Amino acid sequence: MSLNKIMATGLLLSTLGVSAQAQSLVYCSEGSPEGFDPALYTSGTTFDASSHPIYNRLSEFKVGTTETIPALAESWDVSEDGTKVTFNLRKGVKFHSNAQFTPTRDFNADDVIFSFDRQGNPDNPYNKVSGGTWEYYGGMSMPDLIESIEKVDDYTVVFNLTRAEAPIIANMAMDFASIVSKEYADAMLEAGTPEMLNQAPIGTGPFTFQAYQKDAVIRYLRNDAYWGDKAKVESLIFAITPDASVRYQKVQAGECHVTAYPNPADIQSMKDAEDVVVMEQEGLNVGYLAYNTQVAPFDNPNVRKALNMAIDKQAIIDVVFQGSGQIAKNPIPPTMWSYNEAVEDDNYDPEAAKAALEAEGVSDLDLKIWAMPVQRPYNPNARRMAELMQEDFSKIGVNVEIVSYEWGEYLERSKAKDRDGAVLLGWTGDNGDPDNFLAVLLGCDGVEKSNRAQWCNEEFDALIQKAKVLPTQEERSKLYEEAQVIFKDQAPWATIAHSVVYMAMRPEVDGYVVHPLGGHIFNQVGLSK
Amino acid sequence: MLNYVLGRLLTFIPTFVGVTLISFSFIRALPGDPIQVMAGERGISDERYAELAKQFGYDRPIYVQFWEYLTGVLQGDLGNSFVTKRPVWDEFFALFPATLELSICAMIFAVLLGLPAGVIAAVNRGKFFDRALMSTALVGYSMPIFWWALLLIIVFSGNLQWTPVSGRIDLLYYFPDPTGFMIIDSLASGQKGAFTSALRHLILPTVVLGTIPLAVIARQTRSAMLEVLGEDYIRTARAKGMSPLRVNGVHALRNALIPVVTVIGLSVGTLLAGAILTETIFSWPGIGKWMVDSIFRRDYPVVQGGLLLIAVMVMIVNLTVDMLYGVINPKIRKR
Repeated sequence: MSLNKIMATGLLLSTLGVSAQAQSLVYCSEGSPEGFDPALYTSGTTFDASSHPIYNRLSEFKVGTTETIPALAESWDVSEDGTKVTFNLRKGVKFHSNAQFTPTRDFNADDVIFSFDRQGNPDNPYNKVSGGTWEYYGGMSMPDLIESIEKVDDYTVVFNLTRAEAPIIANMAMDFASIVSKEYADAMLEAGTPEMLNQAPIGTGPFTFQAYQKDAVIRYLRNDAYWGDKAKVESLIFAITPDASVRYQKVQAGECHVTAYPNPADIQSMKDAEDVVVMEQEGLNVGYLAYNTQVAPFDNPNVRKALNMAIDKQAIIDVVFQGSGQIAKNPIPPTMWSYNEAVEDDNYDPEAAKAALEAEGVSDLDLKIWAMPVQRPYNPNARRMAELMQEDFSKIGVNVEIVSYEWGEYLERSKAKDRDGAVLLGWTGDNGDPDNFLAVLLGCDGVEKSNRAQWCNEEFDALIQKAKVLPTQEERSKLYEEAQVIFKDQAPWATIAHSVVYMAMRPEVDGYVVHPLGGHIFNQVGLSK
Repeated sequence: MLNYVLGRLLTFIPTFVGVTLISFSFIRALPGDPIQVMAGERGISDERYAELAKQFGYDRPIYVQFWEYLTGVLQGDLGNSFVTKRPVWDEFFALFPATLELSICAMIFAVLLGLPAGVIAAVNRGKFFDRALMSTALVGYSMPIFWWALLLIIVFSGNLQWTPVSGRIDLLYYFPDPTGFMIIDSLASGQKGAFTSALRHLILPTVVLGTIPLAVIARQTRSAMLEVLGEDYIRTARAKGMSPLRVNGVHALRNALIPVVTVIGLSVGTLLAGAILTETIFSWPGIGKWMVDSIFRRDYPVVQGGLLLIAVMVMIVNLTVDMLYGVINPKIRKR
């Protein structure tokens, strides 16, 4: 049955008890969420189904940008030394209700404190509930950063930080920082069913959770008491459809309105199809080859630059990304503020590469390239990419051996300081802040951890450390731009590609915006017919 | 017969213990661990790793973990998924009805078409119908499932728009699902058109999933029939002037059924373990995809618990098949 029929019929409407003009937006999603409490998980699929429709955060990313805007906090002040952030909370915000719970009060400071305390305080009764691992809270260094959270009054909270941290506002807009209801949590704890917080979520967001059948469907209803712009459709349905070809068929057959992650091979046919609209944008990610800069001869920047010149990135974009990628020259994607346009890439020139290697006295070089065993947006086929590089490097007399390990092993072994070989890996941004790429992946603190190049450059590190504590984006941006110049000059990585994100939808879908942070957000989406 | 069944039930005990041990060690034998997989590119500090390992309980010696798992299993507790944090038991029984429903339909489809096809092919041995049927069966048996499924979707859902692309029912319908069997729940919901919609959604997955068993059953029935048709008692029956339908359909078929029932039993066992490709392509929320996802995520409790439950289901099917032998052939009953 087509969507038009769904919209025309009164059956759903009578079941749901909504008005006769009800419109349902159907999104064919790629998989099942792991749960509905975003702080417990790390996958985009889970965030699409939980934090975006159901919850709000103190600050939020303006849809379609990485800019942070006020949400549950109407405004914030940062103290001069940057260690005290005061959030002024919005009044009159209602939590959703469900069969087990009806809120008796509006959102207030207690909810903010509870939302973070449960993640950081082992004595909080919710810290262990649902096997809480709080990956993002830990991953974003919150335990070290947040000294305490103080309630000044019902609508004012102060975050006392151990150090100045400019990205804190962007961190507060991340999914793990979604605000949950303390009142609901208390009620569920009392009822002996604390896991309901994760299974039957209550938030303040534009949609209320209605039902979920694993691997089949998630249903939401519009939150008519929403504090912000109300959702344009009356119900939102996620039809879980793991196969990309089938998702495309469903859009064509009118069984869903919007879908993500199409097969690269289908994109041209989608663009040609009359009843499908395709939107695209560079993803907030980067795929790279990280040399081990602590091992000779890769400790020599000139050798690394020579190798970079030998890689035919366009061939990689054509073959590995099948066109759905863009050559990367900087370690941050072009959609991110502070991206340095002026940086010049090491252009593909095997002859010059060969000469540069000879000039450094390097010959008969052996190199291992580590190929990831998994598919990622920033690298859809690492084995194929490694093979192309093997071919490129053979042209300048470098013998490449491709190695791979099971994913967990791969991540673990690639951290070793004495690692033999260059690693193919990548990163997808979390909070739209350059610090999230440059400090995490290239900072001295990341050596033997997330800095797979084991690269510690004092000048670069000083710039990013300084940028972290400056108050304005403009001032920070300048330093990050300088850092990118040093990065390019020192070449700890061969920057390979940024993926391009494609969304396919039916022509009647109105107002969909591709979000650079990768989430799929439907508050502002309507149906024109 | 009762002794026979009890005897068979006793063999369940060592099988059960064996399966528990194998399912427990199988996933742990794979390289990598769930915490590393969960942390992904972001990595994890040693302290946090130790904390999580303690929380998940695998910082302890492997035999302690096994003992805890075994005692848990005997009390009906299979643990919680590392990923969704929900009990494995709940997850399995939320998904298993979908797998069972599809498996039953696929087997009905395969048996209803495969048995008569095999009988007709045997009776017409060497003739055009036999050759055409057996060639088709060979094609069916060798068909790559994902290709077959996509082809059917493109033709019947895309071009002709006769069947829905995927899912179990139109999203228009929303009702409680106490049994998890969509055809039963849709009927019980009383919503107009729900039952028909559930049936329409079953057509393509049933055909896809039933194709290989159909081919196997047809070929097996044919060869078993050919063997029986050469027996003296069949010749005698024919000589006595019994109608061909009665000779072939009753006397020959009944005696040819034992190997066919064995093949059916084995096929049902395979189908119950979940049809990963069919379930993925048709967005069918069954246990096949659940298990495969869990293996990739090294979700130990789900993999070991899921395998155990599937093994128990297969054991039950095998027992049923063994009992059917007795029904078909009284000699086995008395043994």
